[in-house]
Amino acid sequence: MNRSTIDLWVGIFVAVGFGAILFLALKVGNLLTLDRSPGYRIEASFDNIGGLKLRAPVKAAGVVVGRVENVRLDPKTYEALVTMRIDKQYEFSKDTIAAINTSGLLGEVYIGLDAGGDTQMLKDGDRIAKTQSAVVIEKLISQFLFDKASEGPGTKAPSASTSAGKAPEGVAK
Amino acid sequence: MSAEILSGIAYWLRRLGGGVTGSVAQLGYATRFLLSVLWHTPAAFRRLHLTLREIYFTGVLSLVIILMSGLFVGMVLSLQGYETLKRYGADEQLGILVALALVRELGPVLAGLLFASRAGSAITAEIGLMKTTEQLAAMEMMAVNPVARVVAPRFWGGVLSMPLLAALFSTFGIFGGYVVGVRLIGIDAGAFWGQMHAGVDFWPDVTNGIIKSLVFGVAVSLIAVFEGFDAKPTAEGVASATTRTVVLSSLAILALDFVMTVFMFRGANVR
Repeated sequence: MNRSTIDLWVGIFVAVGFGAILFLALKVGNLLTLDRSPGYRIEASFDNIGGLKLRAPVKAAGVVVGRVENVRLDPKTYEALVTMRIDKQYEFSKDTIAAINTSGLLGEVYIGLDAGGDTQMLKDGDRIAKTQSAVVIEKLISQFLFDKASEGPGTKAPSASTSAGKAPEGVAK
Repeated sequence: MSAEILSGIAYWLRRLGGGVTGSVAQLGYATRFLLSVLWHTPAAFRRLHLTLREIYFTGVLSLVIILMSGLFVGMVLSLQGYETLKRYGADEQLGILVALALVRELGPVLAGLLFASRAGSAITAEIGLMKTTEQLAAMEMMAVNPVARVVAPRFWGGVLSMPLLAALFSTFGIFGGYVVGVRLIGIDAGAFWGQMHAGVDFWPDVTNGIIKSLVFGVAVSLIAVFEGFDAKPTAEGVASATTRTVVLSSLAILALDFVMTVFMFRGANVR
């Protein structure tokens, strides 16, 4: 086998190999999508973030508009401080509500943004004031069981009204 | 009687000590050998066609086995993954499963194992036979450094081929997974590619796979050229060196893979 044939084959091999890496980067991975695009950071603090993970999506009306970039515990208030990176093309008003939602019963946990009516928009480094924590299923069930047990056979009406006021924070009524 | 037992114990202690010092000395020799290969690399690259020739023999000629294995591994992964995911009603996540398994683990590891047995053994046998037939000694007589002329091109040929082969393995695996998942089983093509696209990140998933395959390339190529260079210059010596190359590189790949996975994916996606 002479040298130019070998060069040709090696050239084809290298080209196809780099093509494969490019395929893995662009078609399989998401090199050129939302992640790399410049955006701005906003923060929000939650009482409980449930199963929120790093890089979880931030959605508004179901559309992914950003990613969770950092999660840490505020050492003073003992609240979870979540930093999100929002895509530059989306702007949200100052009174936006951030809620931690789960898609389906076992689905991924994400942050849902509900835009408000304020004319001022959130800027880089701003903090979202109104948040809604994750619904912890265990708490919900124990609350329900506790209510059922405290109802008893004869005292149905009064305890039902008191339990409504005790509903844990974050449970949509 | 007791003297016999004592001498028996002493014999085994001697063997143990000899084995330990022997393998440590071997490790030192291998390190010295690696440094010498790196030292002679510029001289080897001045004759680039030697390295290109080795890329042809180790990379291009391994293509068929790598691509076919990738295709079948992806197809099996797709079938098995579907059977399991179906129980949870998550069969649309099949794309993520196939792509992550291939890109993170199976691509680099299986391509590395195939590469070790297809190309590593050939390198060892070639260099070992050159040593047996005193071609290496003849080169030294002609003031040609055998490390620069024979070893370094083979080492770099393997190191450069390996990441490309692993990427091709993953690509063909994903294609095989697509054929079985979408064409045969009938998962929606949009869900397959879309979930994959959303769930696999270039950084760290794809890049870590590339880093892994590069490390495997260095390990396999070094073991192959070292065993060949270190082989006893007999027919038996070459045979056992070839066997050792395959065994050692396979173990090295699996052990290195575990260590790298611990560092790369420990908490990568966890809070």
